[in-house]
Amino acid sequence: MTALELENLTKSYGDRQALDGATFSVGSGEIFGFVGSNGAGKTTAMRIVLGVLAADDGEVRWAGRPITLDDRRRIGYMPEERGLYPKMKVGQQLEYLARLHGLTAAAATAATKRWTETLGVAERLGDEVQKLSLGNQQRVQLAAALVHEPDVLVLDEPFSGLDPVAVDVMSGVLRERSAAGVPVVFSSHQLDLVERLCDRVGIIRSGRMVATGTIDELRRTDRPRWAVVGPPPSAWANQLSGARVLSDDDAAGARRTVVETPGGDGQDVLAAALAAGSVHEFAPSRPSLSDLFRHAVASEEAAR
Amino acid sequence: MSTLPTTTPHGPAPLSTVQATMLVARREIDTRVRAKSFQITTVLFVLVVVAGILVAHFVGGRTHTIDVGTTDGGVVAAVQQAGRSAGLDLAVTTVPSQDVGEAKLRDGSLAALVVPEAGGSDGFSVVVKQTLDSQLRTVLDGLARQQTLDSEVSALGGDPAAVTAKVLGAQAHVTALEPQSQQDTAQLVVAYLAGVLMYITLMIGSQLVAQGVVEEKTSRVVELLLSTVRPAQLMAGKVIGIGAVALLQVGITVIAAAVAATRTGVLDTSSLQMGPVVLWAVLWFLVGFTTFSILFAALGALVSRQEEVSSVVTPVTMVMVLPYVFGLAVLIPDPHNQIGTVASFIPFFAPFLMPIRAALGVAPLWELLLSLAISLVVLPVLVWAAGRIYSNAVLRTGARVSLKDALRG
Repeated sequence: MTALELENLTKSYGDRQALDGATFSVGSGEIFGFVGSNGAGKTTAMRIVLGVLAADDGEVRWAGRPITLDDRRRIGYMPEERGLYPKMKVGQQLEYLARLHGLTAAAATAATKRWTETLGVAERLGDEVQKLSLGNQQRVQLAAALVHEPDVLVLDEPFSGLDPVAVDVMSGVLRERSAAGVPVVFSSHQLDLVERLCDRVGIIRSGRMVATGTIDELRRTDRPRWAVVGPPPSAWANQLSGARVLSDDDAAGARRTVVETPGGDGQDVLAAALAAGSVHEFAPSRPSLSDLFRHAVASEEAAR
Repeated sequence: MSTLPTTTPHGPAPLSTVQATMLVARREIDTRVRAKSFQITTVLFVLVVVAGILVAHFVGGRTHTIDVGTTDGGVVAAVQQAGRSAGLDLAVTTVPSQDVGEAKLRDGSLAALVVPEAGGSDGFSVVVKQTLDSQLRTVLDGLARQQTLDSEVSALGGDPAAVTAKVLGAQAHVTALEPQSQQDTAQLVVAYLAGVLMYITLMIGSQLVAQGVVEEKTSRVVELLLSTVRPAQLMAGKVIGIGAVALLQVGITVIAAAVAATRTGVLDTSSLQMGPVVLWAVLWFLVGFTTFSILFAALGALVSRQEEVSSVVTPVTMVMVLPYVFGLAVLIPDPHNQIGTVASFIPFFAPFLMPIRAALGVAPLWELLLSLAISLVVLPVLVWAAGRIYSNAVLRTGARVSLKDALRG
């Protein structure tokens, strides 16, 4: 399996530590979501993968060996700082970028045509980039990442600034590329999208990976949580040994309580709640990616 | 989203450094030659140079041909001969009568009318509209004296032609203790042109390189480019591409000037070996352009906005203005100037001063080669420092990066 591996990447700018031993890998055909708050080190990690920045320590590997410039040419990259030549025509620009990635002139022309058609900007081939709407510029930017038929995709915030239609187009492209065996890494703040698209997720905090795995793995916890809609928690939850009330709100006239327990199948929770009054809903509560992310960010802020 | 392209089974071939650099250079040439600004400035350059030559031709032409009429066909050759030896271009024509000649004097188509002295004696008189041109007067006075002398020599039984030949051959012999090589007009004009063109082209070309670097930084396309080419390849491609465009522009201008000058005969370049002079100018352009444009590229990488470019390159601009002004104001009037001679060996100054010295014909071959070698030796150091500054600074957008930070990395 061809995989992109980041191992123990370290980078500091002056006395600010941007990356502090970040490690993760993305396998063939896998979509990896890279999340973290602003300044956590996502962009720095991606720039190091592309060789735009040099790491202080650590290694990027492709197919099991240290990555080379020729390997990097086979990456499709969308930098966080979007950029194309504003006064260059869309078609010429994409052909130029394709050729810089090693395509022949004929192949570059063909790929430009295919990808602009796929992304719905084919009729703007002869226009200068600066004359396009922001949404269309984004599509051209994505075409620039795809035009050389890359073996890996590294996309920094590919969804930011896209309209819902473009988000669907982009999601479709990522899925189909990964189905073709291309490892895909992208960063995003749109956690619902990450949850929907990604096979695996990595959460980075202060330059270190605090969680890496499938969303199911990340959600799994030693201390199961239960959501109860019914009586107020003070009437029953406090009697349970080792339990902790995580939240308790009274929205739309229904009292909803989330309780964390040391273990078990939750029957003791249900029994205690029933003893206190009628229960309308009882279900295991699994943290969403947003919860996990907030938890990570919260502990980061607490650590400061 | 119906069908997606599939990955080609055999990935594209790896790109060599030369291929990558040439791709970058070709983009520069393509986009710049197509740009209106390039086409307009080229046309302007050509127009200015050709117009200058045409003006020189017509203004110069008028003052040099003087129309003289005569009623005596026998003196035409003598007047023309006298004019030629005095360096005047006389057009001597015969008119049928004095009245016709006087009419032509009045309408300005003749400057002077030579008529034989009444009574058939030797000598002649001159009729003019208002005054006789002083140079023409000297010529005609000389002619009158010559005729008188000839007839006196004949009267004494001598041979006027032999006497004239002897008289003309007699002159003072001059021995110079410190002989100065003489520059003729053509050498001065070519030296001047070499100085001005070199300055304008190097200045414009280097500025374009700096602006190109900042353009990629401002538009942030540089990050995308650096994910597939090395900073050195990107910088080299830019310098080569813009250098080629600048050379093309100055080439078009020089060819237009050469054609115009040869057609009108304004410049007599017989004293000049144009081949070597042009060759040296091109060589120095290449060396100078490489030197200054990589400096400008490195400095341009320090800033993120076009408005900051001119301030960041100012120190280098000064280094360019200095030899330019010195070359035109001091070296051309005084080709053996000591400071100028010494400075023409110093890198950064040499590209401006050596082509002037070459055109003036005061630089022997060994001096030209030595100076070129010195400038070439400095180049690798410059390339190393500029490459380092460029790659360290070009991705740092926002505030201006200090030179120290960029060198340290």
